[in-house]
Amino acid sequence: MNSFTYTRATTLETAVQDKASAELAKFIAGGTNLTDLMKVNVEGPNHLIDIRQLALKDITDNADGGLRLGALATNADTAYHEQVAKRYPLLAKAILAGASAQLRNMATNGGNILQRTRCYYFYDTATACNKREPGSGCAALSGFNRIHAILGASEHCIAVHPSDMAIALAALEANVNVTGQQGNRTIPFSDFHRLPGDAPHLDNTLQPDEIITSIDLPAKGFAQHHAYLKLRDRESYAFALVSVAAGLEMDGDTITEARIALGGVAHKPWRNREAEDLLTGKSATEENFKLAAAEIMREAKGYEHNSFKIELGKRAIMRALEQAVKMSNKPDSHFHRTSTEPV
Amino acid sequence: MQNQAAFEISALQPALPPQQAVTLKVNGQEKTIKLAPWVSLLDALREYLQLTGTKKGCDHGQCGACTVLVNGKRINSCLTLAIMEEGNEIITIEGLAKGDELHPLQTAFIEHDAYQCGYCTPGQICSAVGLLAEGKAKTTADIKELMSGNICRCGAYTNIVSAIEEVIQKGGQAHE
Ligand SMILES: Cc1cc2nc3c(=O)[nH]c(=O)nc-3n(C[C@H](O)[C@H](O)[C@H](O)COP(=O)(O)OP(=O)(O)OC[C@H]3O[C@@H](n4cnc5c(N)ncnc54)[C@H](O)[C@@H]3O)c2cc1C
Ligand code: FES
Ligand code: FES
Repeated sequence: MNSFTYTRATTLETAVQDKASAELAKFIAGGTNLTDLMKVNVEGPNHLIDIRQLALKDITDNADGGLRLGALATNADTAYHEQVAKRYPLLAKAILAGASAQLRNMATNGGNILQRTRCYYFYDTATACNKREPGSGCAALSGFNRIHAILGASEHCIAVHPSDMAIALAALEANVNVTGQQGNRTIPFSDFHRLPGDAPHLDNTLQPDEIITSIDLPAKGFAQHHAYLKLRDRESYAFALVSVAAGLEMDGDTITEARIALGGVAHKPWRNREAEDLLTGKSATEENFKLAAAEIMREAKGYEHNSFKIELGKRAIMRALEQAVKMSNKPDSHFHRTSTEPV
Repeated sequence: MQNQAAFEISALQPALPPQQAVTLKVNGQEKTIKLAPWVSLLDALREYLQLTGTKKGCDHGQCGACTVLVNGKRINSCLTLAIMEEGNEIITIEGLAKGDELHPLQTAFIEHDAYQCGYCTPGQICSAVGLLAEGKAKTTADIKELMSGNICRCGAYTNIVSAIEEVIQKGGQAHE
């Protein structure tokens, strides 16, 4: 780790100013991603601005019937918040499917969606990585790319975004509120993360002087029909190989609206509106789910070790949709698997 | 920008960063130590305060051996900086017993033989104290899921779960 100075921001204004005045400054919130990356010299800030004292921890109702999640509310406090659990169980489940109880107690909502990829080559400074060091190449392309992208990748980067929370936020069409030197702006979730293209060092559209203040959830929470299905190498405390956040509005057996967001497959939470439209007005049948899954994976491209994700992804989409219809994704439990044995 | 960061790192001379006074409240006692901002809470506990009960397994948030309680919540002390925890109440494994009276979870771990080498145990116990305080574990499967942040290399999981289960059954509350 390189040397840095440390300060605690007391107001939003000073935090933004302080950040803008030092080119290599970074905000730190829970620290669970930044500290880790500093230890391996992937991040090397010369100044850390601790923002945890800022009044951005609250979860409050919005006038439009939605909910505002403070950027500094922890992942645990968010997932277990009464209103989140009740109105946005899809989000609660996605958060609780990620990391561990300890990490969720530290991790913040702002930090979660800004966490960086877990690509091995991004972490290993001895290898080429365009995300870490633009122009150096991508060792994952011809390397061990089992965990890498199958959709929206480029010849410059095949890393995936690792957040579970972000996949649910994409399905819920959340908005990210930010403050910078130019004032406030709101970024629709689909425009927040970006595809790698020829600039994979940019994970998202947040500007260097900007700070996330909150995340807004629209009123529609898909509490009646949703599922978060996370498939991984071990059942807990592991990142997704493929995950699916599904939200449905139903009228009897007919789907009136469908949202499907995929994790573990792309540089950003992956949505495909055409596939969602295919389901609108259709009945909830296996054939229709199959058509939607095929559409989502139509342009998927596998690499040496991750082609399995294409079929796995299709099956996961179908299973998540089925779970959303039947609400067999444990509607009464926070956790993603059956837990019936009482203590 | 990452480019520049990498450049800055390599351009730095191997000089130690300046230290500053940081006051940590650990197990009810305030101690002021001088350290550089890069010192993790874990290293501060072990190397500066000689509280070596808290263990370093991976140093990357992947094993839970470093679990301590901050303001009553379980966290990984390897991923937070000591300087960030100034002003917070830190409880480590050394602070759980009241004098000679062990915390119910400590007793249960002994009774259930919930360890082999013992390296993960302080983290397991602190994590379980946090789990009890959270009050979310209603079933055995919940305990397993909510303790998944603590890896046991010796595989003492079965007994760890039964130790925790017993304390929950007995209505064992978290340490106040
Ligand atoms: C072992 C391990 C397993 C994990 N497993 C999972 C998993 O399965 N699923 C999953 O989703 N996540 C997982 N995580 C990642 C974890 O969820 C993230 O590290 C965490 O959410 C980041 O939040 P933080 O507050 O700690 O961020 P920090 O580390 O504090 O910050 C991350 C980045 O965001 C910036 N930042 C933070 N807050 C703001 C803000 N308000 N405005 C502007 N910039 C800001 C920081 O400058 C930094 O660049 C895992 C992490 C570990 C260590
Ligand atoms: S040492 Fe902190 S989690 Fe392993
Ligand atoms: S008892 Fe040895 S690691 Fe758990």
